[in-house]
Amino acid sequence: MLKRILAGALALVVPFAAHAQGQEKVLRAVMHADVRVIDPIWTTQTIASIHGMLIYDTLFGNDADLKPQPQMVGKYEISPDRLTYSFTLRDGLKFHDGSPVTTKDVIASLKRWGAKDGVGIRLFSYVKKLEAVDDKTFTMVLSEPYGMVLESLGKSGSSVAIIMREQEALTDPQQQVKEAIGSGPFKFAKDLWVPGSKAIYLKNKDYVPRPGNEPPSSFAGSKIPGVDRIELVWISDPQTAMSALVNGEIDFYEAPNNDFLPILAKAKGVKLMMTGKIDSTQGMIRLNHLHPPFDNVKARQAMYYLINQEDFLRAIVGNPEYYRVCPGLLTCGGPYENDGGSQWMKEYNPKKAAQLMKEAGYKGEPITVLFTTDHNTITPATQVLVQAMREAGLNVDAQSMDWGSVVSRRAKKEPPAQGGWNIFVTTSGGVGSANPVLHTWIGAACDKGLFGWPCDPEIEKLRNAFAFAQTDEERKKIAKDLQTRAMEQVVFLPFGQWNTPLAYRADKIEGIVPNTGLAVLWGITKK
Amino acid sequence: MTAYIVRRLFATLPVMAVVALFVFFLLRFAPGDPAAIIAGEDATAEAIAAVRGKLGLDRPMVEQFFVWILQLAQGDMGVSIFSNLAVTRLISQRLEPTVALTLSTLFVAVALAIPIGVVAAWKARKLVDRLVMGFAVLGFAMPGFVLAYILIYFFAVQWQLLPVQGYRPIAEGLWPFIECLILPSVALGVTYMALIARITRASMLEVLAQDYIRTANAKGLATDRVLLLHALKNAAVPIITVIGIGIALLISGVVITETVFNIPGLGRLTVDAVLKRDYPVVQGLILVFAAAKVLVNLIIDISYAFLDPRIRY
Repeated sequence: MLKRILAGALALVVPFAAHAQGQEKVLRAVMHADVRVIDPIWTTQTIASIHGMLIYDTLFGNDADLKPQPQMVGKYEISPDRLTYSFTLRDGLKFHDGSPVTTKDVIASLKRWGAKDGVGIRLFSYVKKLEAVDDKTFTMVLSEPYGMVLESLGKSGSSVAIIMREQEALTDPQQQVKEAIGSGPFKFAKDLWVPGSKAIYLKNKDYVPRPGNEPPSSFAGSKIPGVDRIELVWISDPQTAMSALVNGEIDFYEAPNNDFLPILAKAKGVKLMMTGKIDSTQGMIRLNHLHPPFDNVKARQAMYYLINQEDFLRAIVGNPEYYRVCPGLLTCGGPYENDGGSQWMKEYNPKKAAQLMKEAGYKGEPITVLFTTDHNTITPATQVLVQAMREAGLNVDAQSMDWGSVVSRRAKKEPPAQGGWNIFVTTSGGVGSANPVLHTWIGAACDKGLFGWPCDPEIEKLRNAFAFAQTDEERKKIAKDLQTRAMEQVVFLPFGQWNTPLAYRADKIEGIVPNTGLAVLWGITKK
Repeated sequence: MTAYIVRRLFATLPVMAVVALFVFFLLRFAPGDPAAIIAGEDATAEAIAAVRGKLGLDRPMVEQFFVWILQLAQGDMGVSIFSNLAVTRLISQRLEPTVALTLSTLFVAVALAIPIGVVAAWKARKLVDRLVMGFAVLGFAMPGFVLAYILIYFFAVQWQLLPVQGYRPIAEGLWPFIECLILPSVALGVTYMALIARITRASMLEVLAQDYIRTANAKGLATDRVLLLHALKNAAVPIITVIGIGIALLISGVVITETVFNIPGLGRLTVDAVLKRDYPVVQGLILVFAAAKVLVNLIIDISYAFLDPRIRY
């Protein structure tokens, strides 16, 4: 009442017109991060991919079961020797500037993606030829029968194989494109973009969805825009975001803080929804294989005796409903979950860890842990790890820094005393971690691999074999052999898997589908 | 006076140069690498190096500094490493919310603190005075973000009188503009209000003990005339000084307030840019804040001359 009185009084005194948005249907969503970068190939940030999937389209889209389904492609053929793929684009595909999508745009976009993204680089290492037959048809000729062509083209998560206009796609992949003009279901309103605050997407009225009105299933299905406008609002404070949802100021909250879930569960009009079954987060402790003590496999294996996943998960998540113990490297619940190497994680025993470290030649030298101080999951996980290491009598040099500094420091290969490191804690998305090829942290490509630089030709051989496997049985067997070997070599120490439900106003929106790597926003409708 | 103002304005140039020098090199010496953040979780060291090369961050630091200074001399603050947008555009997008929040906080704080400070001095050591000083202690003691969450809980979530968060420009209507600023202004202004109220009281007590106030009272002048025209005007110099100092406090306060109330202002832009190591944006913002501080000090110094005829430049 007071609000109405005040508003009425002010309206009488001051002749300012109220801002009218008419009957426009607007979805206001708070995501896990803000849109700061408009080029989802230039950066691997997940939010850039969410932005990318609103405005760009892909040739294929992996469905909720991670099976690739055609999206921009109308029909495709694979030669019997599985070396030649022929793709024909659907009719009516147009960019937001009105120009038609042609094979020139597609080929340039795929080449850019194939030069930057890890999955793309692997695929393109087998691509002998990529050429246009006409404006709508192109062929991809492989040097070997690589088995993951369509899965790679339809991948979700970071750096999706999006199709840009040729003029942007010719940009060096190490540089950001200047325009965000795609052919997807929404157009990016660049003039209204306030980085760090909001990004606005307007319905693409000219979008031609896949025929058949297929229901959305992750990246597959007909992409029918459900609202006129999507506003990705960035609220950095989780408590404010929660209050804004409770108050009805926003409709969708992608990643509420675990502490607030009980409040949200009781709030009127608000519903929690578990995301896809493998759309989880996997906790990882990465050891530096280049320097003592962890250049010795025995010292690395000793660390298994300091991991009680329940301890980590209780500190990070708390509620067992949202986490699971997962003593493997491939996502539990995923198609390649197995028990290879899980015997390493059966016992929490600091004394045994200390004894194994001693046998490995450790004499109490400082072990540098990059201690992230500003991350809602990595920080508590590092605290648990440091405590366990101290219980084992290890000399821990915990160096506190923000996540930005960890990201920079972990790239240093120098010894810890010269600015390098021994241990850092990180996380990986469950969808990527479900597949041995997409799960880059399981690799052991020495200098060419990820920070920590594990080096084991056998692991790389198995990953490669997985990509060439022709049957699912064959893949499962390779996945188990790979996990067994990777756990023995300790490419990383897993500390569990968790899943944060998303929250939304059930009284205002509907049509939310489970995530499989990225939030699917285009099909959400307003009641 | 004009010569003084011109001299002071020229004196800001070396100040800004020193600020520019410090902010540039401090940022470069601080840990963190924007290229690593851009390249992302799965990037190899080579990929990070490639991004760094394209951003020009692998060039010698002195060369990077001179490139930036040359750009600045041409009025160009550079381009955000992440959004690829001009720093001037990013700052101008965020200027209105911060200015609006600062002015509304100043208005709330000054409009309430000075009267209660005057009343507290007038009723010194009586109940009103004790209540005012109690409020001042509480205002100082309570962190702004705690008050902010309390205000949000009651006024936005429970009673639904005001929005939880956000900012609406004045062009969208006066009430939407004001309703977004009420809670943040109060949350940010309470500490400031407490500070001004205490200083007003102390300054007024000193003036009220002067002979000319006793004379004014003896002449039978009305109390309000004595308090406002004779006492407050002469007590104003320290109050103005504190208001000036308080603007620096406000600048740091808006960072937290803008975060809690999700106001897209310069404070949040600064925090985000620092966390992401967006060097050009941080550099531009620090220069803007430094210029604002210099300007506020100048205005305060000039105002002394108007309030106290003994002060001449």
